[in-house]
Amino acid sequence: MIKVENLTKRYAGQPAIRDLNFEVSRGEIMGFLGPNGAGKTTTMRILASFMPPTSGRATIAGFDVFEQSLQARAHLGYMPENVPLYSDMRVTEYLRYRAALKGVHHRRITERIGDVKELCGLKSVENKLIGALSKGFRQRVGLADALVAEPDLLILDEPTIGLDPNQIRQVRELIKNLGEQHTILLSTHILPEVEMTCSRVIIIHKGRIEACDTPGNLLGKIRQAGGVVLEAKVGMDNGADELKKISGVREVITDGEDDWKRFSLRVESGVDVREEIFRLATERHWALRELTQRRATLEDVFVEITHSDAV
Amino acid sequence: MRKFYALLSREVRGYFHSPIAYIVLIFFLIVSGIDFYFQISFMNQRQVQYTVQEAFFNSVFFWFAFVLIFPLITMRLFAEEFKLGTIEPLTTVPVRDWQVVLAKFFGALVFYVVLWIPTLLYFAIFLKVTNEPAAHSAGAYAGSYLMLLLLGMFYLSIGCLTSVLTRNQIIAAVISFCAITLLFFLGLVQFILLDVSSETRDLLGYFSAIEHMGTFSRGVIDTRPIILYVSMTIVMLVLTHQAFQSRKWRL
Repeated sequence: MIKVENLTKRYAGQPAIRDLNFEVSRGEIMGFLGPNGAGKTTTMRILASFMPPTSGRATIAGFDVFEQSLQARAHLGYMPENVPLYSDMRVTEYLRYRAALKGVHHRRITERIGDVKELCGLKSVENKLIGALSKGFRQRVGLADALVAEPDLLILDEPTIGLDPNQIRQVRELIKNLGEQHTILLSTHILPEVEMTCSRVIIIHKGRIEACDTPGNLLGKIRQAGGVVLEAKVGMDNGADELKKISGVREVITDGEDDWKRFSLRVESGVDVREEIFRLATERHWALRELTQRRATLEDVFVEITHSDAV
Repeated sequence: MRKFYALLSREVRGYFHSPIAYIVLIFFLIVSGIDFYFQISFMNQRQVQYTVQEAFFNSVFFWFAFVLIFPLITMRLFAEEFKLGTIEPLTTVPVRDWQVVLAKFFGALVFYVVLWIPTLLYFAIFLKVTNEPAAHSAGAYAGSYLMLLLLGMFYLSIGCLTSVLTRNQIIAAVISFCAITLLFFLGLVQFILLDVSSETRDLLGYFSAIEHMGTFSRGVIDTRPIILYVSMTIVMLVLTHQAFQSRKWRL
């Protein structure tokens, strides 16, 4: 559905994205992750034919986004970052206008608008001026606009930014349901969102793709170098020193003011040190009230990949 | 065509949703009303060789209001879309750039025509009150309104071009105001410079909006200004289209 080859974009000589290569196949939900300024929006804008790449090429449904931009755009539902809308139009009026621009057949316009309003929960505000809507509703108008022409491909630039947790959950559900019929490329900061909705994730950092895999595989990689959390009453012992002696433990961070101390351990990959810890605890007569292997999240993957040169 | 119609109706509605439209309409009604009043009271005092209708379209008042309205009408066309970012959803749907440019131009033209409709009423009222027509022939009305349309097209297309060049509406308005005023005064030079050779004066006369309006409002429909203004409008719109597409240049 999307094919990107050696895509590069420079702003005044400064590269925003460098040699991106990736593919999104039909029916996939691809998550696009990266810190601010990593090049997510730039990539999406190029794919939406809003700006040309400096070099390289990208195709949507086989049409080059630059050379055959009109055909490429016909396959696309795009929701730009911050959802710019005409504030002087009413919701229904705006959607009608957008449907006409996207070439929805005039007999189907009313039906399609009804459907997307239903889907995005816009029924209650359909006659309001867009300028009077809250951020959450504006976001939904943007989403309804992207969906109105039933495109094969949805490109959503931060669809959940500025929404409250309930709305985020709704939008997430919506995206998941849409994924059954549409191909989706979405960018976000919210990592659990990606974990829950996306079938594959691209992590982009400083204009380069740092990782591209399923959320499961990415987690797998980091989980091997995961950690153990332990809460114990160590009495007169230092605790941390003893724990460090266990083979496989790389680093121990101690927390807690009172008798109960909380230790976070970073462990070498592929080693389970819990048994050793338990043995140590019984040996030294520590009282133990928690011993867990910490489940790595995509956040760890993200931090691990993008943090390296931030420090 | 349906897409073009959707774009056009959005443009026209955009005008009537904004307060600027009403300010321009009211300002214009006041100035043209005062113009009409003064022309008639002036003509009441002495013998003149021209008709009410000619006087109305050739007064200083008229030209003053005339050059001022174009920047106000056109400044928002593209600049506002760039500023609000709505250009992004607009250019990522399958519409062609020339459809956008033409829709904006014709949207402005529709508003411009609406601006002139009330002036027809002046002549109707004049006829009703005095039982005298404001002009002797229908051709005089047709000529002056045709000239208004031609001048309007050309000046609006200049406004389109300046609006596409910037995201700041004020800058767009100032540039188009300067350009239109300069063009307008180019036609006045022939009256001011008496010592220039007659060829230069003749040449400048071809570009003089006042001269054209004078001829057309007498009912003389000359093809030269028609060709001049139509072709200049096309040139301006082609330039606008090029400037609009410049965002896609691979730099």
